[in-house]
Amino acid sequence: MIKKLLRNHNLKGWLYLLPAILFLGVFMVYPLVDVFVYSFEEGYNSASQTYFGTGTYNFSYVLHDPYFLQAVKNTLLLVMITVPLSTGLALLISLGLTSIVRLRGALQTIFFLPYVTNTLAVGLVFMILFKKTAYSDGLINLLISFFGGNTVDFIEGPYWAKMFVLCFYTVWVVLPFKILILTSAMASVNPVYYSAARVDGTSRFRIFARITLPMISPMIFYLVITGFIGAFKAYSDVVALFGTNLNAAEMNTIVGYVYDMLYGDSGGYPSYASAAAILLFAIVLTITCVNLLMTRRKTL
Amino acid sequence: MEDYQKIERTAEARRRAIRAVTYTLLGLWAVIVLFPFYWMLLTSVKSYGSYNAEYVPKFFTLSPTLQNYADAFTAVPLGRYLLNTLVFTAVTTAVMLVVITLAAFAFARLDFRGKNAVFVIFLSLMMIPNELVIITNFVTITDWNMRNTFPGLILPSVTSVFYIYLLKENFEQIPDNLYLAAKVDGTSDLRYLLRVMLPIAKPTLVTITILKVIECWNSYVWPRLITDDEDYYLVSNGIQEIRENGFGRENVPAMMAAVVVISVPLIVLFLAFRKKIMEGVSRGGTKG
Repeated sequence: MIKKLLRNHNLKGWLYLLPAILFLGVFMVYPLVDVFVYSFEEGYNSASQTYFGTGTYNFSYVLHDPYFLQAVKNTLLLVMITVPLSTGLALLISLGLTSIVRLRGALQTIFFLPYVTNTLAVGLVFMILFKKTAYSDGLINLLISFFGGNTVDFIEGPYWAKMFVLCFYTVWVVLPFKILILTSAMASVNPVYYSAARVDGTSRFRIFARITLPMISPMIFYLVITGFIGAFKAYSDVVALFGTNLNAAEMNTIVGYVYDMLYGDSGGYPSYASAAAILLFAIVLTITCVNLLMTRRKTL
Repeated sequence: MEDYQKIERTAEARRRAIRAVTYTLLGLWAVIVLFPFYWMLLTSVKSYGSYNAEYVPKFFTLSPTLQNYADAFTAVPLGRYLLNTLVFTAVTTAVMLVVITLAAFAFARLDFRGKNAVFVIFLSLMMIPNELVIITNFVTITDWNMRNTFPGLILPSVTSVFYIYLLKENFEQIPDNLYLAAKVDGTSDLRYLLRVMLPIAKPTLVTITILKVIECWNSYVWPRLITDDEDYYLVSNGIQEIRENGFGRENVPAMMAAVVVISVPLIVLFLAFRKKIMEGVSRGGTKG
């Protein structure tokens, strides 16, 4: 009887799944196949929907495009700087947060605020703070000159200055998530270990290195991996700071390159966009796998 | 005895010093986080004239004005952007909830041939980055003549494999006996889903809703690709448009007023549902 009640669902099951399957099929599975098709169609014209032939020309075009190489350089720099920096900072801040009692809740709330803000909107505030204009040097530059440094236009000035703002803003944006994950990981460490350590008179640093760090290391690796993936896909925070014409600003990212190829003044080349997107995916996949392998070796 | 007290005292002094350093550093970061918010609020109530007259910007203002907010709503269609975003967010979230609830119910409760295979395929789709499929979606929506329409904006983001997974896990914790009892009473599956499962899974549904609302409110890339008519801009595109063409480039206070208007709804939502949001994000959110 019970068996019968539960078994008779073949059609019904598929019916309940139908909307999800339809949407995923049209907007995920089909595009996934199609992006590879696009990337091998040479000379595709989106107006007439024709192409000359198939081959790897799109990839070689993208790989030789100076804009793409600039985008790769920018993205790699951003990843190399912000991932270790933000993870380390988040670790320090979480450690501080868990060691205090008073004001902890309030500080946690404040630290989480950037997560719920519109990246584009707050990016504009950062731009105003760092920008040098005809009538004002901007707050940050005034601070720099107050301490006796040379002012610099962080938004339209030298490359390192622009990179600095971008990294700063990226860290500002990604920290809330990391702090949240690390504080909850630290809170879930069994307090018995700490009590035992205290009885033995273990120093603070040793407690951190021998108890806290090993206990939360899975979460740190998780944050490093998601951090890598996220930083490789940086785009909207870059737009927020430097505007939509990123190639001119020399601040384009790989994802920005994909969208520029697809749409806008330089757009209309879905084949190049597809090739670039696949290259990005390959890079991210490789790095994730390397990370996972390293994690495995460390834990074994 | 005296030695012991001395040791106690130095230990206490050390603890105090460490605590002072901790609070100082945490306070410093709190200032860095809060300062941009303070600055946008402050700038948004400075008058255009006084803002531009300050070579060294002041950290307070004695004559706050709301003129910039009036400008933000009249000189550029900020109200329109807000309305569009509201419609987009509400419809996308509502449709997504229906789609994922049905799918999660099928996976958790119904038994049918091919279920496990489909579930594995669904899970593997979680690894596909948005950047890879957005190119074809752009072409698809363009071919369907859906650029600058709400369906074009909404359709590609009404499913989320991750949320289906999250909800399925939650549904599976509901004991089978309830389902069998309902079946014996002759309750239909749909009725059981609506009357029993949804109320029990409400906390998870609320979490998913909040995360999706945040995502919708901040979405920028897809709306930018699919709309070039100002009537369909969402707030993110609107703020970009304001930055590049609105108010004349130099009216920073009016720009900041627009930024405040865009930021406030999410911040209010966050303060109201602080616990839920932080819990939800630590379970399933990613950003950055």
